Amino acid sequence: MSQHGATELEHQEHHVVGPKVYLAVFFALMICTGLTTWVAFIDLGVLNPVIALAIACFKACLVVLFFMHIHYSSKLLKLTVASGLFIFLVLVTMTLSDYISRAWGLW
Amino acid sequence: MDSPAIATGNGEVLAEAHAHPAHLRHHFETVEQQRDAASFGMWLFLLTEVMFFGGMFMAYLVYRNWYHPAFVAGCNTLNIWLGTINTVVLICSSLTMAMAVYSAEMRRKKSLITYLILTIVLGIAFLGIKSVEYAEKFELHHVPGASFSIEQFVHPTNPKAVALAPDMAEKTQVYFSLYFAMTGMHALHMIIGITILLILVVRAFGGAYTDGHMTTIENFGLYWHFVDIIWIFLFPLLYLISRYR
Repeated sequence: MSQHGATELEHQEHHVVGPKVYLAVFFALMICTGLTTWVAFIDLGVLNPVIALAIACFKACLVVLFFMHIHYSSKLLKLTVASGLFIFLVLVTMTLSDYISRAWGLW
Repeated sequence: MDSPAIATGNGEVLAEAHAHPAHLRHHFETVEQQRDAASFGMWLFLLTEVMFFGGMFMAYLVYRNWYHPAFVAGCNTLNIWLGTINTVVLICSSLTMAMAVYSAEMRRKKSLITYLILTIVLGIAFLGIKSVEYAEKFELHHVPGASFSIEQFVHPTNPKAVALAPDMAEKTQVYFSLYFAMTGMHALHMIIGITILLILVVRAFGGAYTDGHMTTIENFGLYWHFVDIIWIFLFPLLYLISRYR
């Protein structure tokens, strides 16, 4: 009796992600892959790397949210992932600000 | 060795010993808590991996700005179609891995084993295509080092290509060094992943992961998807963004 109660408690929060979601994400990733390769052949000047990286970020978000279950995870886990990526962006920004300012005024 | 009673979340003490799943460690109150702790730990590991690959992405960003013509020339020596096929292969392997996690969740042993083996096959296919690309680099003398040849960059055969001055042509070695470092570390992660997958398949045959305890499969899935994400960024940066158009 108490064992049954405990089992219910254990499983109430856990979310099982099913094949429908996985397939939808898979097809979205495939379309994005086709799109990013197609765009690579079009001359958009400075926008080419921007669009390629935007598509890559979108694909990465899909993988993290659905394949890696972050969309269904606890707030603690969401915060952990977000803060990890934020720290990475801080490091990139600070490193770039160093390189940009080394030859300040000399270009 | 095992304590005779455990406290439940309600503060009520279970009288009988082991009135909980065998895989629940005694320092956790519930299976859910144990599961959360395991994926939290795995995510912390993956964030250190983000920093590890992040360093190389950072180097790529800075060097690409310094030696842009060399990076454009280097990028165009890669085969965009092999890169696209490899991206597709890797996304397929992510799908089969996600389905393996789902099969473990549903306690379906046969489909778990099938999806794990499919993931291995797709992983090996990726490495096979990658090795074809690496072999071509050796043939063309595009591997940084003593046998590196700047010939193709100083006197390009492609009419769209811009001929580089010899000093800038030498800097294509920076591009190829980063290419081999980044795809090489990515391939190493794939090799480690495939090795672990083989162990998982053997243990799944023995009935593991389909008995309700599937933390190992879940955490390995996170690792495999992470390796996929690294490729999702490597592909546009190395293959796509500097094509001649």
